[in-house]
Amino acid sequence: MNHLPLLPILVPLVAAALALFFEHRRFGMAPQRVVAWTSMAVMLVVSILLAERAAGGEIGVYLVGDWPARLGIALMVDRLSALMLVAAQLLGVACLLHACAGWDRRAPHFHAFFQFQMMGLNGAFLTGDVFNLFVFFEVLLIASYGLMLSGGRGERLRAGLHYVAFNIAASTLFLVALGLIYGLLGTLNMAELAARVAELPVEDVALVQAAAGLLVVVFCAKAALFPMYFWLPQTYTHAPAAVAGLFAIMTKVGLYAVLRVCTLSFGTGTVAGFAWPALLALGGTTLVLSSLGVLASRKLRAMTAYLVLGSAATLFLAFALASAGTISAGLYYLVHSTFAGAALFLLADLIRRRRGNAGDRKDVLSALPDRTLPGVLYLVAAVSLAGLPPLSGFIGKLLLLEAVPAPRTGWVWALVLGSSFMMLVGLARAGTRLFWRVEPWPDASPEKLAAYTPVEQMKVVPSRPLEAAATMLLLAYGVAMVLAAAPLLEYTRATAAQLQSPGDYVEQVRAALPVRGD
Amino acid sequence: MELAMASAIGLLTAAGVYLLLRARSFDLILGLTLLSYATNLLIFSSGRLVAGKPPVLRDGVATDLAHYTDPLPQALVLTAIVISFAMTAVSIVIAIRSRADNHSDHVDGSSAERDFQLAEQRRHEEARLATLAADTARARSAGEASPARDKGAGG
Repeated sequence: MNHLPLLPILVPLVAAALALFFEHRRFGMAPQRVVAWTSMAVMLVVSILLAERAAGGEIGVYLVGDWPARLGIALMVDRLSALMLVAAQLLGVACLLHACAGWDRRAPHFHAFFQFQMMGLNGAFLTGDVFNLFVFFEVLLIASYGLMLSGGRGERLRAGLHYVAFNIAASTLFLVALGLIYGLLGTLNMAELAARVAELPVEDVALVQAAAGLLVVVFCAKAALFPMYFWLPQTYTHAPAAVAGLFAIMTKVGLYAVLRVCTLSFGTGTVAGFAWPALLALGGTTLVLSSLGVLASRKLRAMTAYLVLGSAATLFLAFALASAGTISAGLYYLVHSTFAGAALFLLADLIRRRRGNAGDRKDVLSALPDRTLPGVLYLVAAVSLAGLPPLSGFIGKLLLLEAVPAPRTGWVWALVLGSSFMMLVGLARAGTRLFWRVEPWPDASPEKLAAYTPVEQMKVVPSRPLEAAATMLLLAYGVAMVLAAAPLLEYTRATAAQLQSPGDYVEQVRAALPVRGD
Repeated sequence: MELAMASAIGLLTAAGVYLLLRARSFDLILGLTLLSYATNLLIFSSGRLVAGKPPVLRDGVATDLAHYTDPLPQALVLTAIVISFAMTAVSIVIAIRSRADNHSDHVDGSSAERDFQLAEQRRHEEARLATLAADTARARSAGEASPARDKGAGG
C-alpha cells in the first residue's frame, strides 16, 4: 500500500511535538523554525504529488490500520481533497513566512499550534468518514484557539471566549447529528452512507433528512452562513495577522464539508439536493449583509473579515446552484478568495503598524510613512477581491455568472453584481481614507485634527521585509492563478464532474481491500 | 429504559441550553458541559439500548447482533468524552484569563456588565415606584370607599 496520503497528517503531528521540545526560551528560535519549515516543505511536496495523482481521476483510498473501509478509518484523496490540500499548504507557507518575521517570538508555542492547525486542516480534507471529520475539526479548532489567544489579552480574550463557546456548541450539535445518522444508517463512512441512503425505506426519509440537515447546519456555522456568522467579524478582527491569514481557509473547510457531504453522502436517492434551496436563500442573505458590513466597518481588518464572509456567501450560492459549471467556477473562486482574503489581512497589519496610534481605523486621520509599497499591494488586493479584471477574482465571478442556470439568472446576477459593487465602493473608500488623506483635511472636524499625528512625530517602526514578502507571495499566487487559468479550470471542471457521480466513490471505496485479506 | 434515557437526554439538553444562554462565563461552561453529557448519552443510545450483552467477541458465542451489543458507538463516545473534557479545560482557562483581563466574568466584558447592572437598577427602581404608586392608589380608593376602615388598615 502507498503511504503517501497519511503523510500530510503524520508529518505536522511529529513536527508539532518536536517544536514543543525545542522550547524557544532555551534553544532560541532557530530549531523551531527549522522544524516548522521542514514539515511545511514535506507537506507541500506530498500534497502536490497527491494532486498529481488525483488529477488522473483516481480516487485514492488509504485504509488506516489495514481495516476494511466500512469498519475502520479510511482516508480518501480525490480531486477536491487534493485541490484543498494544495491550497492549504500554499496558504500555510505564506502565513508561516509572515509569522517568522517576529510574531512567533511573542506568542509562546506558536509553531506547535501552527503545525497542529495544519494537521487538522489536512486531516479534514483527507478523511473519508464523518466521525473523523469531527475529530479533525476539533484538532484544528483547538489549535486555532491557541493560535488566536496565545500572546493576547483583554479585548482579544473576550472575542476569543465568544469564538470558543460558539464552536463548542456547534461541535456538540455535530455529535448529535452523528449519533442520529449512525442510529439510522449504521455507518459513518461517507461513501458507505451514500450506498445506504440509496436503498432507504420511505418511512425513514424524513428522519435521515433531519439528521443530515443538522450536519449541514453545523458546517454552515463553521462556514459562517447568515444566522450564524456573528462570531466571524469579531474573531478575525482581533486575531493576530499571520493567524487571521490562516483563518481565511477556516470558513472554506466548512464549505468543503458541505459540498462533500451533500454531493457524496446525501447526493443520491430520495434525499438528493435536500439542502440546496435553503442554502441558496441563506447564501444570498449573507451576501447582502456582508457587503453592507464592508461599507459600514470602521477598521480595515473588520472590512477584510466581511470580505471573507462575502466570499463564503458567494461560494454558498455557487455550490447551492449545484450544476457542474457553478461548482467548477466556485472551486476556482474558493482558492482565489482564500489567497486574496489572507493577503488583505496581512496587508492590514502592515498598514496598521505604520500608522501609529490610529491603527487601521479608517475614521482617524493619520500620516502614513513610506506608503508606496502598501499602497501598491492594497491596489492589487482590492482589484482582486472586488472582482475587477484582470485578476483572479474577475475570472471566478465571470465564470460563476456565466454558469448560472437560466431560471435563476436574474436574481443571482443582481445579487452577485450588486454586492460586488458595494464591496468595490467599500474598498475604494478605505483606500482613499488610508492612503490619500494623510494630510490634515481642510474640512476635518476639530476632534479629528486634534488626534492627528504628523509624520515627524510618528514612531519609526522597524520594517520587516519578511512580512511584505509574505503578502507579495499571496498576491503572486493570485496572479499565477490568472496565468495558469486554463489548466486550473480544466482541473476544477473535472473535479465538479467527479463530485457529480457519487457512484464511483462507493465503488472505489468498496474496492479498497486490506492488504492482509484473510 | 428507553423512556428514562430519553428523558435524561432531554432534561440535560434543556438545562444545558438554558445555562448556555446566560451571560456569565461560568454558567456558559456549565451549560456546555451538560450539553456534552446529553450528546454522549445520545451517541451511546444510537447503538440501541441492550442490557447484559458484551461488545467484544467471545469464543463459543454466535457472532451476530442478537448476542452482542454494537461496539462502535462506545468507541465514538470514548472519543467524544476525551474531546469534550479537553474543550472544557480550554474554555475554563480562557474564561479565567478573560475575567482577569476584563475585570468581569460577563461574556461581553465589563462595560456590558455595567450596562446590565444599570439596567437592573433602573428596573428595580421602576418596579419599586410602580408598587408604591399602586399602593397609594389602592389606599386612597380604599379610603374613599370606607373612611372608617382606613385607620385600622393604615399600617
